[in-house]
Amino acid sequence: MEIFGVPSALLGSQLLVGLINGSFYAILSLGLAIIFGLLNIINFAHGAQYMMGAFIAWLALTKFNVNYWVALIAAPLLVGLFGVILERTMLRKLYKLDHLYGLLLTFGLALIIEGVFRDQFGISGESYDVPDALAGGINLGFMFLPIYRAWVIVASLTVCFGTWYMIEKTRLGAYLRAGTENSQIVQALGINVPLLITFTYGYGVALAAFAGVLAAPVFQVNPLMGSNLIIVVFAVVVIGGMGSILGSIVTGIGLGLIEGLTRVFYPEASAVVVFVIMVIVLLVRPAGLFGKA
Amino acid sequence: MTSAFDPKPEMLRIHDLHAFYGESHILHGIDLHVGRGECITLLGRNGSGRSTTLKSILGLVGRRTGSIMVNGKDVIAEPTHRMARYGIGYVPEERAIFASLSTEENLMLPPQVASGGMSVDEIYGMFPNLLERRSSPGTKLSGGEQQMLAMARVLRTGAKLLLLDEITEGLAPVIVKKLGEVIVELKKRGFTIVLVEQNFRFAAPLADRHYVLEHGEIIATITKEELPGKMDWLHQTLGV
Repeated sequence: MEIFGVPSALLGSQLLVGLINGSFYAILSLGLAIIFGLLNIINFAHGAQYMMGAFIAWLALTKFNVNYWVALIAAPLLVGLFGVILERTMLRKLYKLDHLYGLLLTFGLALIIEGVFRDQFGISGESYDVPDALAGGINLGFMFLPIYRAWVIVASLTVCFGTWYMIEKTRLGAYLRAGTENSQIVQALGINVPLLITFTYGYGVALAAFAGVLAAPVFQVNPLMGSNLIIVVFAVVVIGGMGSILGSIVTGIGLGLIEGLTRVFYPEASAVVVFVIMVIVLLVRPAGLFGKA
Repeated sequence: MTSAFDPKPEMLRIHDLHAFYGESHILHGIDLHVGRGECITLLGRNGSGRSTTLKSILGLVGRRTGSIMVNGKDVIAEPTHRMARYGIGYVPEERAIFASLSTEENLMLPPQVASGGMSVDEIYGMFPNLLERRSSPGTKLSGGEQQMLAMARVLRTGAKLLLLDEITEGLAPVIVKKLGEVIVELKKRGFTIVLVEQNFRFAAPLADRHYVLEHGEIIATITKEELPGKMDWLHQTLGV
């Protein structure tokens, strides 16, 4: 079977790759959006924290024989705790300053974290096997679907929409939305905003680590895996609009798919298509597709 | 302690309060007190330090010195988010209705701090417009409705001391009248109220005592009884 002269298996598999990349873009840009919304800090350490999630899963398995499912919960908790410590000891001091200082601090932290992992593990990369329960694949007739890849999409979409629901529909989410608009008044109304900020940063960072664990069996576990991905994720955030929750999810998945389609129809452009879109969005709608001007 | 000789124990006493924004010294030693169930006003021209006095109570200025006693406890060292726990409900001048929250979410936002707050039904009874518009986004409300919402949201929490900053500013006379009725009702219910007002005609019949501020200092204290004799002076001082 062919669609626009392209074999359906090729189209299907590239769309699947696009959907997987899009799931990672969505979950990472969602974390960045939440953090930026409340803390006004562009978390450049996000890629490094994603990489830490993957490495913790790999270390847990190879050194302590802790399986994938435990790592999927424990790695985000540990990296989230690391985020909480960063927020309490360092980021907190920067809130009254310009965005740029937060960006510089987190950029420096990203370099330090990556440097430590490079020093310890080199850059050749480590492999992480797909857990038994998710091994193998299904033949859909028009294409072959590896079960683990389907799981990545389902798991990240579940977490993304769960997060969206928490922010839009719960009381805690109302605190977060109100705090994003005017944190001083929210404090005057009796809500502990400093604690909310710490929790929010920890959660955003934990999302990155969760994505890292999901990524471990798909990509190589490598100290540089975060910095390769994060540049595209920042472009996604710019396109979607800084601080928009639903926008970052939809944009992430959409751009993953566009990248996949580009790989089928015009492979030469697949590495730059996201950045081309970013430039167009910046020129036409600088606040982003879902951002408020 | 409540005693037979002190029928109106103090809700709020401020002594020698100084406030600073960065290098600028805004309040120069404010002294005032408010008994439980009283309503007082802070009068003065723009920039005289009335709003800053309210913000200083909540810790929303850069730096403060002096003492702020709420129910007999000095709270000047407390962080802002803990002030609501002392029973303070703040209605800021800019109203601060949150655009990304519905009317009802705005209403339900502040955590309950004490028992004895008004129930949601009572609040909707007092402000029927808010019930009609409960699912609209906060900023789709009219100015008057936003003001009512800003007041309503602190009545639910059990706060007993209300700090109301310019609640009549920019509102139509019919809504100002409604807000006046609300203040009378709140006084009846035993709330203690600090009003910052430009609209002297609105404040005069409501308040037990008026503090007049100029350049961050209190230049006069006028009781309800003294008010008729001071009207000319007040008009001159406030420029109204």
